[in-house]
Amino acid sequence: MKKKRRSIYIIIDIIAVVLSILLYGVPYYFVILNSLKDRTEAGLMNMKFPDTLHFSNYIEVLKAENYAVIRAFYNSIVITAFSLAGLVIVCSMLGFFMQRRAGTKLVEVLNFFILTGLMIPPAIVPTIWVMQSLGVYKTLRGMILVEIALQLSFGCILYRGYMASIPRELDDAALIDGCGGLRLFFSIIFPLLKPVTSTIIVISAIGIFNDFVHPLYFLPGKQNITVQTTLYQFTGMYFSQWHLLFADVVLISIPPLILFIFFNKKIVAGMVAGAIKG
Amino acid sequence: MLSEKHKKIYSPWFILPGGLIYFIFFLLPTLSSLFFSMTWWTLDKWEFIGFENFTDFFSEASLNISIKNTLIYAVLTSGMKVIFGLLLGVFLSSPAIKARNYLRSVLFFPNLLSTLAVGIAFQSLMHPTRGVINTALGYLGIKGPDWLGNTRLALYSVALVDIWKGVGMATVIYISGLASIPAQYYEAAIVDGGNTFDKFRYITLPLIRPARNSVIILSFIGGLRTFDLIMVMTKGGPGFSTHTMSYVIYKLYTNSLYGLSTAGNVIMFIFIAVLAFPLYKFITRTEVEL
Repeated sequence: MKKKRRSIYIIIDIIAVVLSILLYGVPYYFVILNSLKDRTEAGLMNMKFPDTLHFSNYIEVLKAENYAVIRAFYNSIVITAFSLAGLVIVCSMLGFFMQRRAGTKLVEVLNFFILTGLMIPPAIVPTIWVMQSLGVYKTLRGMILVEIALQLSFGCILYRGYMASIPRELDDAALIDGCGGLRLFFSIIFPLLKPVTSTIIVISAIGIFNDFVHPLYFLPGKQNITVQTTLYQFTGMYFSQWHLLFADVVLISIPPLILFIFFNKKIVAGMVAGAIKG
Repeated sequence: MLSEKHKKIYSPWFILPGGLIYFIFFLLPTLSSLFFSMTWWTLDKWEFIGFENFTDFFSEASLNISIKNTLIYAVLTSGMKVIFGLLLGVFLSSPAIKARNYLRSVLFFPNLLSTLAVGIAFQSLMHPTRGVINTALGYLGIKGPDWLGNTRLALYSVALVDIWKGVGMATVIYISGLASIPAQYYEAAIVDGGNTFDKFRYITLPLIRPARNSVIILSFIGGLRTFDLIMVMTKGGPGFSTHTMSYVIYKLYTNSLYGLSTAGNVIMFIFIAVLAFPLYKFITRTEVEL
């Protein structure tokens, strides 16, 4: 009886793995394979293995449009790095305040705004209008500030949740030693937030790097291209050059893949926590 | 009650930097959209026209179809993620499944991929004559449909890709919810002579509610806001068949109809406020009852 059961489970296991390869493995294989074919072969969109592998497609796509993809990687990395730095500082402070002063009217109001920020998408044209009046429309600075504003809710929720595990006795001790609020926060509390800080960095990095909608609206212009907008431009330009399009797809999927390999558990746990506590 | 000293170290100044950025770049545009949605607007100057933009939005076929499409899309994708996520979550929580860690990773990974990249891949996989999907169906003797070219099918095809990409997120939320159900409950059920189905029906289903609610809210709002996939896979076509609200907002924006585009934004806010906030309230209440 037990043996029979075990063999049933092995069969189920095998079926599940085969299905996962069909549903999830095939699309990846298809894209990578076709990114290595020449133009005509890739246009056929099939899964046949080509006679020669054209790794030069990757060089070609990097050179395309006057090195647009390299420019795009530079811009995306700048936006992501500065947004993350801003997010970590701003959200940790907010989370600290919101957890320590929980229950007050002010925090209730903040909670409401956090929820609003999670649910409601930004109003497109009014945001452009605000950015224009401040002179940051079509600038990386402006894009960074918008990304911080839009990712802020998620970061706050995670910091607020984690703060609860940091004992208030620490604050009291600091008070007795004559520590001010800022010093207490930056030299004692903030270093203790490291685990959640790294979670937020990894998850927001992926979110900002993969963001397409907001750069499309708030960062137009050739010089301002980001990795996701290169993809969009190439779909228009290279409609018949699937090999280059797929090469670009593979290139821009590498950073999230690397993060996933190293931080798999952290990413899953952080995203689940953000979803449940939101 | 906090002492004065504590109030001083937990100073409201901590809110300032974040609050300022949030206010200027999110709240201010959101609030001003309420006004600009009632104007004829060129960014330099505006003219107040009352509710005209809204009546246009609801009366013009090319615009109001987007409301219908968005609702179909949101209900369909979130419904499927709720169901498949639960089934996969239960399946992948079973210790008897040896490959469960591998399967979880495989299901989850697409969440981290760029939506645009996924859209491009599926656009070619769904090619009506040469695409891999229809070629495979052809081997089985089935004539595959024109996934993205058929006006009646296109929206559902895009929704399918959305589910492909997002079901892993739903699954891991369910898995974490399942892990928090105490094992004693199941043991008690076995003592009482319950079978597998009883355990699922009377223990898992009621206790998984908080996780399910998170899945509903997350995927429903995601569905209402959907944009990237539509942009890259169908560009709203064929005809108006995949015009969703966020796509229409974009189209009006590129046509410099800023007031009307902003009205679209406001309608979307109202939808989310009317549908998602009460859902959230209702859901947090049912959690308390448990």
